Amino acid sequence: MSVRRLAKEQPASFAFSKATMEKAEWWIKKYPESRRQSAVIPILWLVQKQEGWVSEPAIRAIAELLDMAFIRVLEVATFYTMFMLEPVGKTALIQVCGTTPCMLRGANELMKVCKEKIGPKDHLSADGRFTWQEVECLGACSNAPMAQINDYYYEDLTPETMAQIIDDFAAGKSPKPGSYAGRHTSAPTGGAKTLLDPKLYDGSAAKPIKKLPNSDPAPVEKAPA
Amino acid sequence: MPVAKVNGVETEFEPGMTVLQVAERAGQEIPRFCYHERLSIAGNCRMCLVEVKPGPPKPQASCALPAADGQEIFTDTPMVKKAREGVMEFLLINHPLDCPICDQGGECDLQDQSMGYGRDGSRYAENKRAVEEKHMGPTIKTFMTRCIQCTRCVRFITEVAGVPDIGMISRGEDAEITTYLEKSVASELSGNVNDLCPVGALTHRPWQYHYRPWELKKTETIDVMDALGSNIRADYRGSEVMRVLPRVNEGINEEWLSDKSRYVVDGLTARRLDRPWIRENGKLRAATWNEALDAVAAKLKAASADRIGVIAGDLQDAESMKATLDLFRALGSKNTDSRQDGAVLGYGPREGWLFNTGLEGIEKADAVLIVGVNPRVEAPLLNARLRKSWIKGGVEIAVIGEQADLTFDYAYLGAGSKTLAKLPKAATDLLNKAERPAIIVGSGALAGEGGAAVLNALGALAKKTGVVTDSWNGFNVLHHAAARVAGLDMGFVPAEGGLTVAEMLKPGALDVLFLLGADEVDPTGSNAFRVYLGSHGDRGAHGADVILPGAAYTEKSGIYVNTEGRVQLAERVVFPKGEAKEDWAIIRALSARVDQTLPYDTLEQLRAKLMGDHPTFGRIDYLPAPVSFDVASLGAKGDLGDTVFTSVVTDPYLSNPIARASATMAELSALRIAPVAMAAE
Repeated sequence: MSVRRLAKEQPASFAFSKATMEKAEWWIKKYPESRRQSAVIPILWLVQKQEGWVSEPAIRAIAELLDMAFIRVLEVATFYTMFMLEPVGKTALIQVCGTTPCMLRGANELMKVCKEKIGPKDHLSADGRFTWQEVECLGACSNAPMAQINDYYYEDLTPETMAQIIDDFAAGKSPKPGSYAGRHTSAPTGGAKTLLDPKLYDGSAAKPIKKLPNSDPAPVEKAPA
Repeated sequence: MPVAKVNGVETEFEPGMTVLQVAERAGQEIPRFCYHERLSIAGNCRMCLVEVKPGPPKPQASCALPAADGQEIFTDTPMVKKAREGVMEFLLINHPLDCPICDQGGECDLQDQSMGYGRDGSRYAENKRAVEEKHMGPTIKTFMTRCIQCTRCVRFITEVAGVPDIGMISRGEDAEITTYLEKSVASELSGNVNDLCPVGALTHRPWQYHYRPWELKKTETIDVMDALGSNIRADYRGSEVMRVLPRVNEGINEEWLSDKSRYVVDGLTARRLDRPWIRENGKLRAATWNEALDAVAAKLKAASADRIGVIAGDLQDAESMKATLDLFRALGSKNTDSRQDGAVLGYGPREGWLFNTGLEGIEKADAVLIVGVNPRVEAPLLNARLRKSWIKGGVEIAVIGEQADLTFDYAYLGAGSKTLAKLPKAATDLLNKAERPAIIVGSGALAGEGGAAVLNALGALAKKTGVVTDSWNGFNVLHHAAARVAGLDMGFVPAEGGLTVAEMLKPGALDVLFLLGADEVDPTGSNAFRVYLGSHGDRGAHGADVILPGAAYTEKSGIYVNTEGRVQLAERVVFPKGEAKEDWAIIRALSARVDQTLPYDTLEQLRAKLMGDHPTFGRIDYLPAPVSFDVASLGAKGDLGDTVFTSVVTDPYLSNPIARASATMAELSALRIAPVAMAAE
């Protein structure tokens, strides 16, 4: 992570769309009136959903909506790396996990593909449709290497599948998220290896439960004499 | 009371105290950077680590840990020593070694504590981080590479000053202190963050590279930039006052100081009057003291007693006013006035012009009605106190007058005397309901034609709503001039049949007009022979016929009485400039030349006379207990009319001759008028 600054080029203004505003109101209502600013993170998310990134006029608009000082919203927006302070690719924002398990399983090769197809890290591609970033652990280590593209996880990637996914996005398709190794979530590749006995599933191994564990009444403590 | 053991010594403490406070009570010094008694607890510097039993087997941050009964606290174990060394080493990893060119060098918490608690050398060979400098306005110079992220500045500006402009952006090793898009900090208390900064990240911009702290000699004195009489320490080198820092006085300024009081010092060396001048054939020429005093004496002797008058200025010490008053009374003149703002105060009991609750006492009030004054402009530290009690809760505030941003919420009742004449029910309810209601009135409401009627109406309201009772006196006059209360206390008002300031300034009213440091009135309308005694070539000196160079507030020992009626002694820091003399001595010399020699030859004799005539001046540093008085008899019944109350201090940074001579004040003033233009710098 490097120093997070607002983008040099900023739009002249920002306005909440009707849908964003409705959702924002819903979030604000969750908190007592005097604690409106508690909704700052959800609303930053909503703004990012609407615009793709968080601009400086948007930060001011959020501050005014929540009755906060501008600097307080800026603090939150710069603290969390999930808030994009610069415009990102409208078609796909590719966040490749580069933390140890993914790195060991070939994240560097994925990034090489991204670099070839899109351009340098953290920058909009020449056509303005793609951005790729290296991020820290996204918590899908059992499916390493992986990348988050827009809102979904693409797992068990290889340089080839990564290239294919980028091409599909470029062609206007929406590639299917999930594992690209032909397995269900993080189940073993090539099917299950344990719990194969069919009796486990036909009910024949089941026994009636006589007593739930820890269900004995607590022993009554004797009052001291 | 619960008891804890600090290094084996049993120490009693009050419930709710932190381990750090208990250790301090036991006499153990705990190093700290982020912790500050008057700010919220952050607990992020980790310098205050101690060992606590019972507790986890690791050091604990004592500033954020509540002390418990029977707790054992250790501040000198090997674990604590090692922990402090570790924290210190981490803090120094990214701190530059630029102490020799750092303004904080010599009075730096980080320097001192690394000497006291740190390792002897560094094991860090990698590159240090560098942080870009930030613009924070004309008072704050930033060197953000030196910042250790204690966030004292963020907390002060947000909590005490009430202007949430400073924040910490990003996180981890990239965290930076900044303002939103580097706008200037819009607080009148911004200079305090430079004091609070434990390192050299935020330093005083107006004084940057002007001095090293060990070159300075220190004199404890009193500030005169507003009527609070803040306690200050003026540091000087040679004949120049280099800086002004606050001293702790819980009753007045706590440990803060307004930007004006602090950064006005460069005005003490600019536009000074350093020799007497006489106007001859329409042109001023340099003169000797003898010539100048003889010229004044000749005019005073030639004029008849009712054709001479004197106006005393806002920064005058009590002694020079007393000497002047004695001289003019001896000459038979009734035309003496110290109220340049024209407020109709000074008659009846002393409580009628004092801030009776006291500055500390205003925190006890549970309802405050502010009339015709903008405390943020006229008394920033009082405003900070009001904010403090507003944050604590339990006080409701209402305002009649300017609808300004006071950094706290208030009910706005109206703009002027019309509102006062037909007071909304909300206002009377507010005061009636309250147990300890208070009214704060400023000269914005008391000046001018309707002033007496306004004072009377407020007095009646105070009486009716229980603002003044036998046990509570909540009737407060907030002055804006340091000299005012002393002037009123000694009766520096027109004698029976005498002329007021406004009347004296009318053309043809007087033959000789003596301006004793009076710069806030425009004397050009008067065609009298004008004598100006003062320190700066300002409005009063402009067009004067004789100019007598006097001493500024740092150049004379003098008594000042603050708005609470607390008498304080200011000390001489440096000598008057050039041939200038102390004001009282000039008056004394003049008195001999008009054959009315004043009966005192030394300042001590003058003070004895002052205290003999007016015993209140004898109670130095003493705040009188609240006294009940007949508040309804104040002022005079009359038509309230329809005046809009506007603060007499239109621009606090240009409100006296010293401030007008100061380049820093000019910069702050420009920022006040056009904040956008400066922020784009």
